[in-house]
Order: sequence, then structure tokens, then C-alpha cells
Amino acid sequence: MAFDFLVQLLVNGFIIGLLYGVVAMSFVLIYKSSQVVNFAQGEFLLVGAWACWWLLAKFSMPFYMAFLLTLLFMMLFGILVQIIILKPLIGEPIISIIMVTIGLSIFFQAIMNWMFGVFTEPFPQIFSSESLNIFGLNVQTAYLMSGLISIFIMISFALFFKKSKLGLAMRATAFDQQAAQSLGVSIKQVFAAAWAISAMVSAVAGVVFGIVNGISSGIAFMGIKVFPAVILGGLDSVLGAILGGLVIGLLEHLAHYIDVQFLNIGNLIRIAPFYALIIILMIKPYGFFGTKDIERV
Amino acid sequence: MNLKNSRPCGDFRTSYHRDMSMFDDKKGFYLTCLGILFLIFSPLFLDSYLISLLIYIGFYGIAALGLNILVGFTGQISVGHAVFFGFGAFASAWLNNNFAIPVFFCIPLAAILTALVGLLFGIPAARVKGLYLAIATLAAQFIMEDFFSRASWFTGGVDGASAEPLKIFGIFFDTDTKYFFIVLFWVVISFILATNILRTRDGRAFLAVRDHYLSAEMMGINLTKYRILSFGISSFFAGLGGALYGHYLNFVSIEEFNIQLSITFLAMIIIGGLGSVRGSIMGAAFMVLLPEIMDWLTRSLAGTPIDNALSLSEAIPFIKEASIGLVIILFLIFEPNGLAYRWGQIRAWFKLYPFSY
Repeated sequence: MAFDFLVQLLVNGFIIGLLYGVVAMSFVLIYKSSQVVNFAQGEFLLVGAWACWWLLAKFSMPFYMAFLLTLLFMMLFGILVQIIILKPLIGEPIISIIMVTIGLSIFFQAIMNWMFGVFTEPFPQIFSSESLNIFGLNVQTAYLMSGLISIFIMISFALFFKKSKLGLAMRATAFDQQAAQSLGVSIKQVFAAAWAISAMVSAVAGVVFGIVNGISSGIAFMGIKVFPAVILGGLDSVLGAILGGLVIGLLEHLAHYIDVQFLNIGNLIRIAPFYALIIILMIKPYGFFGTKDIERV
Repeated sequence: MNLKNSRPCGDFRTSYHRDMSMFDDKKGFYLTCLGILFLIFSPLFLDSYLISLLIYIGFYGIAALGLNILVGFTGQISVGHAVFFGFGAFASAWLNNNFAIPVFFCIPLAAILTALVGLLFGIPAARVKGLYLAIATLAAQFIMEDFFSRASWFTGGVDGASAEPLKIFGIFFDTDTKYFFIVLFWVVISFILATNILRTRDGRAFLAVRDHYLSAEMMGINLTKYRILSFGISSFFAGLGGALYGHYLNFVSIEEFNIQLSITFLAMIIIGGLGSVRGSIMGAAFMVLLPEIMDWLTRSLAGTPIDNALSLSEAIPFIKEASIGLVIILFLIFEPNGLAYRWGQIRAWFKLYPFSY
């Protein structure tokens, strides 16, 4: 019984971890290309999820159409946030950048609560069957789909950066902004594209999370959970973000298992990632794949 | 941040002594004394609601001052200031309830206890800086919140802790008007203390660490020591503010000291002006008055078509919250130097009138 429970938790942890990985990836994308630490990443999920829910519930659209419209909306949303709010702050000290994204996060959370209320709203039923039986394990269809979608996003991310011209420009900008600019890369476009893609990917994660657990302002907490993941993997590594997300997802469910079986202190599932964060910062501040900052005078 | 020192022309400092003086000139000193005198007599003509707002400005101002020493003067970003504020509140209640120490002594003792905890937190925090420190303190915020809810011997757990009202020579300071003087006393003490800390060698070392930590280290400033010290001093003020808060409300609940409060403290120093002692209290005043103004605005709009269309009166808590976020964003974009800088500009304008420089 205990073993089954452990396996079940680990499977859940793996799938949630994949989702963390996706959010962490979109966080890293912004940090890497425009050096902005986005404390409002969770609100991107929230806005995306609510937008999709609103289209589904109010206009009873088919899911794929609502989903595409949400993506379009989030693309514009990301670009607008970048142009209106982050652009005037280029070159400001890091505290200003951190604070402006924190301000954004408070603002959007309050607005979303205002518009949609503070209670959890379930998504309309999208998959026909509730759960599938795989090797004797009950896996919810929504969970399975969310895992598949996460993997799909990751693969398309990798292809985008490897094959497309914009992806190449983004990698060049991340590597050396000035050199990229002098070779004709439009930094403006790259920044806008980074925010647009990040917002879109976050929206997908938000919708998936909403389908699994229902939408509430709790989704925004994913934006905070992202920090342990990105610190573990290194702030500027996409691969690190994915692995970090997986590790944090597994770790928190493992902590939950230990908590329930042995310790009985409760709440460990929520707190364990932050203990992990502090420990990682102490022993390996640049994560496992991050670039070390070397300062010269 | 260096704009802070832009003085109007003709304002020469001919000696080192004058450059390090607490007040810019005699006028500044007299104005401050006048302001304090005004506040001492203010209970005579202000009603108790306004006095309670002033009390809130007082203890939040003390805590914001502490955060400003850490963030504005030493350049160490902390997103977990509320837990030190909370620790001070719990520590004071705990000392009073368990050891029967009079509340009057509990308040400074709680501040010292919080400073010790801050020093302890400062040791690991001195290893990381900038963005990484911000993330580490964010984690510390959640860990400490969790600690508050567990440590029922210290905080009373979910029930919270009760804090006795302050009593000196048999007089209970339990009404707003009476408690106001206690808060005013501590506000004056902390602002004098902070200004003087920043005039010493240690204070200048903080500035050096902020402006260029590598150069500071090369000039012989012990980085680790000053980063830890800054954490300690900042926690001292946070604890002091928290203790005053606890004995004002007579009840400390574990849910008060969440990330929103930490962000509010950060907003206070951003709005008041990073690296400005005067700015800390200005920012605190702004952040305390902002929800009141929002409240007043929504009330005065009641019944109008705007109110009916958006159902504003039900959304007051959300409007207050959104206004905090919006104000942070707008200040960072349009007034990044804060209210203290604007105040300096206004004073310079009066001094120079009718010329422009």
C-alpha cells in the first residue's frame, strides 16, 4: 500500500515537474534574452488560464478555437508588457527591475480576482474519460495529456532555437547583445519575441494546470515555485530549467510522502522546494548548468 | 541614486565637519524640531482615526527605515522583511507573557532579539548578492512563515499571541492618543539613530559596498562583515516596528506577516526614495494613506454610472491591492528617485526663487 502510494506520488511529481519545467523554461527565456527576472511569471499563467476559461464559458466556443485565441491574446499581452513597462527600465539597477515585475504581479493578481472572483472555477470537461489504467496505476487523462503537452512544448522549443532564424537571433542576443546588434539583429524584435513566446508558453501551462486542478489565484503560486527550479538548473540554462523543474516536482512529492508516512508535520510539500533552494544557493549558487559570473575590474 | 546629492548652486560645504552634519543647514534643523512639536500637539486637534493612521505610519516607517538601510544603503535586496517585523512582534509578546518583563523594556529587547536573528540570517545571505539574494530571501520568507505557524510555544500557532498594552508608572497606554506618544518617541529615536549610524565609518562602508563592492573590498572594507552587520541593523529596526505594532493591536496573528507585507515595505522605500532616511517615512506615509485614498475615491464615486458599471463598492479590497501594484510600477517608470528627491527639488526651488539655478 505504502509502495503504491509512493509510486503514485512519484508519477504525479513527474508530471507536475514537467509543468514546472515548462514554466521555468519560459522564465529562463525572458531572463536569458532581456536580463529581466520575471516575478510575474505566475500571473502570466493566471491571465492565460482565465482568458481561455472566459472564452469557453461565456461564448461556448470549441476548445481548440478558444485555445488559439488565448495564444494570440497572450502574444499581444506579452509584447505590450515588454514595450510599456519593461522598456523604460532598461539599464536601471536590478532592484528596479525586480520591483516592477513584483508590482506587475500584484496588479494582475488583483485585477484577475476582481474580474473572475476568488473562488476556484472548474474547466469545462475536455477529455472524454476520467482516468486511464497504466501498469496498474490510475493516471488521470488530464495529467497524462499535460505531460504530453509539456514534452511537446519542450521539443518545439528546442527545434525553434536550433532551426529558425529568430531562434538563432535570440541565441545570439543572449550570448552577446552588442555583437548581435552590430551584426544586424534587431534587439527590439528579440525582446518582444522573447516576452511573447514566454507569455504564450506560460498560458499553455496555465490552461493545462487549470484543466487538471481548476482555476484559482493559486495558479500564480507556480510563478514562485519556479525559482527553486531555475536556481537548481542555473538561471540562464533552458536545459537546466527543465531538469530543475523535474527535480523539484519529484522532490516535493517525495517530501510529501515522507511527511505523510513518517513525520506528520504537514505542509512539507509546500515548503520543501524552498529549503532546497537555500541549500542549492549555498553550495552551488550558479546552479548545475548556469554560467558563472566572473567580474573584472 | 547619486542624484540625491545634487545641491542647488551656491550651497558650498567648506569643511568636512559641515559635509557630515546631520542637517543640511540651520533651517532644516528648525523645521524638523517644528515638525516634531507639531506632532506632539497634534492629538489636541486630530481625531482618533487620523491619530491611528499616524501610529501606523510610525511603526511602518521604522521598519521601512530598517529595510532602507539594507536595500538603499548597502544594496542588499531583501524580499523577506515582513518576517523580521513579525518576529519582533512575537518576540515582544513572548517576552512579556513568559518572563513578565514590563512591556516598556520588552520593545527594545525584542528589537535586539530580532537583530540577533537577522545577524544569523545574514551569515548565509552574505555569500550571495543581487538577484540571488532576492530569491534567497523570498525562500526565507516562506520558510519563516511556516516556522511561525509551527512554533506554537513562541507564536501561539494558529491562535496567535496576545500582547499586553504598554504600561508605565501604572498608566496604561491603551488608547490611540496615548500610544501615539510612545510611537513618536521611538520614531524620533530610530531616525536619529539611523542618521547617525550612516555618518560613522560603518555607515560610509555600507555606501561603499553598495556603490562598488569590488572596489570597497580592495579599499580594505570587510564585505562579509558589513553585509551581515547591515542585515542585523535592518532587522533591529524591523523588530522595533513589529514590537510597537504588536502592543498597539494587542494581538499578533501569524497571517499578517506574509509576502504582501514584505512587498509593501519594499514599495515604501522605492516610493520614498532608496538611500534616503527621510524618504523611508515619506514612503510609509504614502503606502498607509494610499488605501485610505482609494477607499475615499470609491466611496465618492458611489452611485455614479462608473460605480454601477464596475460594481466598485464590492471590489474595494481588489482596488486597494491593484493600486499598490500600479503605484510601484508608475513610480519606477516616472519617479525612480522617489519622493525624497522630489522634496529636495521643491526645497531647492524655494531657495533659488526667482532664479532657476
